[in-house]
Amino acid sequence: MTTKSIQQPEPGFVHGLFLYLLVFTLWMLLVGNLDTAEMAAGVVVALIVTLASRPHLSILAGLIISPSALLPLLRYLGTFIVALVQANLDMARRVLSPSLPLQPAVVEVETKLKSSLGRLILANSITLTPGTLTVDVQDQVLLVHWVDAPPGSDRVSTTKAITSKFEQHLKGFVL
Amino acid sequence: MRLIADLFLVVGAAFTLFGAIGLIRMPDVYNRIQAGTKAVTLGSLCLLIGIALLYPAWWSKLLVIGVLILITNPLGSSTIARALLKAGVKPWSKASVSQPGEADR
Repeated sequence: MTTKSIQQPEPGFVHGLFLYLLVFTLWMLLVGNLDTAEMAAGVVVALIVTLASRPHLSILAGLIISPSALLPLLRYLGTFIVALVQANLDMARRVLSPSLPLQPAVVEVETKLKSSLGRLILANSITLTPGTLTVDVQDQVLLVHWVDAPPGSDRVSTTKAITSKFEQHLKGFVL
Repeated sequence: MRLIADLFLVVGAAFTLFGAIGLIRMPDVYNRIQAGTKAVTLGSLCLLIGIALLYPAWWSKLLVIGVLILITNPLGSSTIARALLKAGVKPWSKASVSQPGEADR
């Protein structure tokens, strides 16, 4: 997942706050109760973890933190869960059918997402959706292994088929 | 409630089984990764939901496990696939039996 040669946005104070809340939430989930002493420990631990991981905060910089990002996030999660179930039914059908219907090829798709976080989420989504597996990310281009690539498809049509449904929601909450 | 939980557990186990069958039947390593990743991800999520319905008190830890699986599973698969491609493992394709290298870059 190389990110050199693309300009990364700088993480701001809100991103630090976001990470703090994320770490604190993780702490509370692991603790599993609302005990006051545990909460106080969580406040301190989350602060230490946030400060210690500040040099690596740039991964979060692509995140758009605003109320308007919430709706795209929920839409994306919905799309993602539907795609995940579809992927499994599709894979089960292929695996169980006697003729093993496969037409695999490595294809290229383009992304308009600029931040490394956005590309990471996109690549992960592609891996978990029907018949596709992200093999490599090179700047704007993702290499995707596709079990059922239509013959003679070019970059434009594969991009449309694989990434567009995620990207339209993703660009609402990551850069 | 018990019935729904059992249903999730059975579905999760079934998807994991399909993943295992896929590992055996698929022609090359990339296709095996595909079968393995997807089936095992949804399979384990279904298992986690089933367990959460049986033991509601564990929901928070099960949620953390589920999110971590969702993030790390595809990441690991992509990394393995990337390493294989860099090592020069050619993807299998139906055409490559007669004309190799048509599909890869």
